[in-house]
Amino acid sequence: MSHGNMNLTLKVWKQKNKDTKGRFETYQAKGISPDMSFLEMFDVVNEQLINEGKEPIAFDHDCREGICGMCSMYINGRPHGPKQGITTCQLHMRSFKDGDTIVVEPWRSAAFPVIKDLAVDRSSFDRIIAAGGFVSVNTGNAKDANNILINKDDADEAFNAAACIGCGACVAACKNSSAMLFVSAKVSQLALLPQGQIEKQDRVLNMVKQMDEEGFGNCTNTGACEAECPKAISLENIARMNREYSLATFAQNKIK
Amino acid sequence: MVLYFLVNTFALEFFINQFTGIMSKKTGLLSSSIGKKLLMGVTGLFLISFLLVHCFINSLIFFNDGGETFNKGAEFMGTNWLIRTMEIVLFGGILAHIFLALKLTLDNRKARPVGYEVTNGNANSNWYSRWMGLLGTLILMFLIIHLKHFWYVSRLTDHLDGGLETLFDEMKEVFENPIIVALYCASMISLAYHLLHGFQSAFQSLGLNHKKYTPLIKSAGVAFSILIPAIFAAMPITMHFGIIE
Repeated sequence: MSHGNMNLTLKVWKQKNKDTKGRFETYQAKGISPDMSFLEMFDVVNEQLINEGKEPIAFDHDCREGICGMCSMYINGRPHGPKQGITTCQLHMRSFKDGDTIVVEPWRSAAFPVIKDLAVDRSSFDRIIAAGGFVSVNTGNAKDANNILINKDDADEAFNAAACIGCGACVAACKNSSAMLFVSAKVSQLALLPQGQIEKQDRVLNMVKQMDEEGFGNCTNTGACEAECPKAISLENIARMNREYSLATFAQNKIK
Repeated sequence: MVLYFLVNTFALEFFINQFTGIMSKKTGLLSSSIGKKLLMGVTGLFLISFLLVHCFINSLIFFNDGGETFNKGAEFMGTNWLIRTMEIVLFGGILAHIFLALKLTLDNRKARPVGYEVTNGNANSNWYSRWMGLLGTLILMFLIIHLKHFWYVSRLTDHLDGGLETLFDEMKEVFENPIIVALYCASMISLAYHLLHGFQSAFQSLGLNHKKYTPLIKSAGVAFSILIPAIFAAMPITMHFGIIE
């Protein structure tokens, strides 16, 4: 079945699992509509592969509306493809030309092992959150809304940091595979709010420790993460985390 | 040669591991990625402050008085105990900056064992921010030649002790060679790009990012990165063409 009139050549990374070596395989995507999302184009290719009795390409996706952070794909040298401020599911085929060759790779980082083809294991992010990305609360009745007053500017900035969907594009874009933008967003969204103050020292120390243990690289402030982030998380968050971390290290009255 | 390099690299690794190990028991700062970056920024800013002093003293040649004022400045820098102490701190700062860069770069290599087939770095970052290691290596190579030209001659040999020849004369002699002049100018271009990223990056690593002041820091960084290397480059050029004599 034809959907449109675009014909593309795809060079896609195929890898059985994290223990095997991967390689590129070439596919033809025929009859693609310019109104399709990049993932829908992959659906068409996969359907065709299934019909031919071949193995489809494994890739991550979930909400397909840019809020879950599941879709990855390093497209023509950029995470989430050529546009800024969007995820792969929000990338449309009109961003490409008929006859283009598109190279699609998984996020490449020691901390993101390949599960299969283009799907990578981002549970290292979960472990960083588990190390301190929370506010401990007593259970019981829900507190009154607006019980704790919060400065509007702080609330807005915390909200902007909280917009991070944990997709890992920052790590994929960074030449050093650094996870600083992700971790700093998660540190910031809590550090900016009064509820986050109590655990702020332990939080930043533990989250950075976990980040280093997961094998992410070191930030060299190239700013590639900010430019490629689908949620436009600001580099200011990284500076805030650097500040919080240094202060916490000097201030903490514990020997670890 | 290769063996020598390898032995050195391992010795460096050992030295850094020992040093970071000691520091981690106390504060943990240098055991972490952020701590190493912090020290990278601190040493970078210290080296920037050195550039400012060095550029100021050397600009005394522009009085064009046959090097009289400059030689007085050089004499002061060579004999003042505070400056001589800072000279040792300076070498420490340079070494720390280099070793940390090496350690961080090696770690970063490990963080991406399988590289990308296609990359489009220019789409999201400046080329010089990604090539700081290369620019730094070029500066280091220049630094070795530069130290040999002037620091070695004035501090470690008795070449200038008789008072017959001054550091200014030495400069004129060295800059007679057009290849040396070209090398100095090319190295200043490397320095300019290294500073263009490094200046503002150091503030970011220190956690100093502010809506009001960061634009100011960035502009100051651009001005510094262009002005200082340009003044430095003007020295060999003017001396070579006899404008300063």
